[in-house]
Amino acid sequence: MSTTTVAAPLTNSLTAGKLPKHSAPIVLLASWLVTGAVFLIMQISGGGSSFNITGTLFFGTVLYCIAIYLLSFFVEGGRKAKDRLVTALVTAAFVIALIPLVSLIATTVINGLPAFLTPTFFTSSQRNVVGAGGGALHAVMGTLLVTGLATVISVPIGLLSAIYLTEYGRGRLARAITFFVDVMTGIPSIVAGLFAFALFALIFNDPGVRFGFGGAIALSVLMIPVVVRSSEEMLKLVPNELREAAFALGVPKWLTILKVVLPTSLAGIVTGVMISISRVIGETAPLLIIAGFTSSMNYDLFSDRMMTLPVFVYTQYANQGSDTQAYIDRAWAGALTLIVIVMLLNAIARLIAKLFSPKLGR
Amino acid sequence: MTTAVARDSIRAPQRMGDRIFSTATVVAGSLILAVLAAVAVFLLLQSLPAFVATPDDFRGEFSNFWSYVWPLAFGTLWSAFLALLIAVPLAIGIALFISHYAPRKLSQGLGYIIDLLAAVPSVVFGLWGIGVLAPLLQPFYTSLVEWFGWIPLFAGPVSGTGRTVLTVAIVLAVMVLPIITAICREIFLQTPVLYEEASLALGATRWEMIAMAVLPFGRSGIISASMLGLGRALGETMAVAMVLSPSPQVIFQLLTSQNPTTIAANIALNFPEAHGTGVSILLATGLVLFVITLAVNMIARLIINRRKAFSGAN
Repeated sequence: MSTTTVAAPLTNSLTAGKLPKHSAPIVLLASWLVTGAVFLIMQISGGGSSFNITGTLFFGTVLYCIAIYLLSFFVEGGRKAKDRLVTALVTAAFVIALIPLVSLIATTVINGLPAFLTPTFFTSSQRNVVGAGGGALHAVMGTLLVTGLATVISVPIGLLSAIYLTEYGRGRLARAITFFVDVMTGIPSIVAGLFAFALFALIFNDPGVRFGFGGAIALSVLMIPVVVRSSEEMLKLVPNELREAAFALGVPKWLTILKVVLPTSLAGIVTGVMISISRVIGETAPLLIIAGFTSSMNYDLFSDRMMTLPVFVYTQYANQGSDTQAYIDRAWAGALTLIVIVMLLNAIARLIAKLFSPKLGR
Repeated sequence: MTTAVARDSIRAPQRMGDRIFSTATVVAGSLILAVLAAVAVFLLLQSLPAFVATPDDFRGEFSNFWSYVWPLAFGTLWSAFLALLIAVPLAIGIALFISHYAPRKLSQGLGYIIDLLAAVPSVVFGLWGIGVLAPLLQPFYTSLVEWFGWIPLFAGPVSGTGRTVLTVAIVLAVMVLPIITAICREIFLQTPVLYEEASLALGATRWEMIAMAVLPFGRSGIISASMLGLGRALGETMAVAMVLSPSPQVIFQLLTSQNPTTIAANIALNFPEAHGTGVSILLATGLVLFVITLAVNMIARLIINRRKAFSGAN
C-alpha cells in the first residue's frame, strides 16, 4: 500500500510523501485481523478452550502501534511517525480508562439485578435473617437519614463561607480559608470518621460510641469543602453589574446578596450541592467507624448503631454466613442501589445546570 | 438636597441585617478553620495513650507504637506510589486526548464519562477488585513470576488469589485517574492558543506542538495534579481493605500472598473489634495518616497557587 503511493506518478504534489487518508483505521483493522488469525491458529493447534478476544485486541493494538510507526517512518519520515505513534498511544490511554468503567458497571448490574429485583429487598431489613432473603430497607433508610442530616449541616455553613469568600472576604482570613478549604478536600474519609469518633467518645465519655449523628458530622467534614468550592465558583460567575445596579437602587448589601446574587446563581449552587451529596453518599469508612452496623431498623439518629448502604455492602461481603451466595448477591444488589443513586444525582445535577444556568455572553 | 448628601459621610448606613449577615458569613468561614484544627486536636487527645503503649497492647509482636506504624506507613506510601506510577501517564494521555485530539464537540461529553469513574463509591471498587480484577489478573501474575521471577520485584511464590499489592495499585490507579485527568485537562486547555498556533505555523506536528508548548506550560499543573491524586490514594480505605490480603511487614515483592497493608485499611479492618488502648493505637495511626495527607495536599496546593499567581491564567 505504501510503496504504491510513493512509486506512482504524483498527481498532486501536496500529498507527496504522505500516507493515504484512511491508512490509520485500515492498518488498525489489518493488525487486529492478523493477531486474530494467529490466536485462531494457536487455539486450533493447542486445543484452547475459547477464542482469546482480549488478547487479540491487546496484541492487535500493540502490533498497530509498531506497524503504523514503521510505515509512517519509511513514507513520511521520523517526525511524522512519532506523531502517529503518540496519537495511537493517547487514544489507547482513553480506551484503557473506559475498560474498568464499563466492566465495573456491567458486573454490578449483572450480579446485583437478581437480588435487587426480589420484592423484599426494599421492604424489609436483615433482622433475624440468616441465609437468603431479607432486604436493605434499614440501610437505605440509614443512608437517607445520615446523608440528609449531613446535607442540612453542610449546606448553610458551606454556602455562607462561599458568600464570605466572594462578597466580604479580604485579607489574611479569606486567603487562609480558601487555602485550607482546598486542603480539606483532600482529607482521607477515614480520618473524618476517626475525628467524629474521637469527638463524641470524649463528649459522652463512652469508648464504644456509635450513632447516626456522628456519621452525619463525619460526612459534613468531607462535604463542606466541596460545597464551598462549587458555590464559590458559581457566585463568582454572577456579573458585578447586577450587584452595582442593586446598590445604586439603595438596596442594602445583605438584601442584594439574598435577592439578587443568590437567585442568579441558584442553579449552579444546587448542582454543586447535589454533586457533593453524590460524593459523600458512597463513603464507607467513616460510617463503619462511627455509625457502626446493625441488621435492624433504626430511625433515631441520636442513639444506637445505624446501618447505611455502603456499610451494608461491606458487611454483607465481609461477614458471609453459611449461605455464602446469598450474602454476595445482597452485597452486589446494595452496590447496584448505590450506583443508581449516585448516577441519578449526577444526572439530575447536570440537567439542572443545563436547564437553569444563566446565559452569559461568552 | 445636594448639600444634605454632601454633608453626610459617604459610608453606607450600617443596618442590623447587614451586621447579622456579614457576621454569620465570617463565623461560617472561621468554623471551617476551627473544624480542621479540631480534627488534629481531638485525634491527638484521644491517641495520646498509644504513644506510651506497652508491647502487650499491640496485636502481634511490636515493641512500641513506631515499630507498629512503620510497616503500615510503608504500605500506604508503597501502594500509593505504585498507583501513581500507573495512573499519571494514563491520565496525561487521557487529558491530552480530551483536550487536543478528540473532536471539539465530543470533548466535554468524554470528560463527563471519565468523571463518572469518580462518582463510583469506593466500596463498589472493592467488590469489583476482588470479584473481577483479582481472578482476571491471577493467571497473568503466574506467568509473570514464571518468566520474570529473577527480577526481585516479581519474585515468587505467586499469590493464588491475585489479591496482591499490584492488584490494589491498579484499583487505586483507576480511582485516582479522574482527579488527575480533570486537573490536567483544565491545565492543558489553559495553554495560550498563540503558542500552539505559532508552533503549528512553524511546521511542527501535533506531537511536537504538545511537547514544545502544552507540556512545558502544564508541568507544574501535572505535578500538583499527581500530588492531589497521591493524597486520595494514600487515604483510600475500603478498596484496599477488601482487596488486599494483608500482613504487617515491609515487603517489596508485588505478587506474593504477603503484602504490606495500609494505615487506612488497617483501621477499617480492626476498628470494629478494638477496645481500650487498641482504639487509641488505631486513632494514632489515623493521626499519622492525617499528617501525611495534609502535608501532601498543602504542597500540591502551594504549587498550584504559586503557578496561578504569575501565569495570569484563571
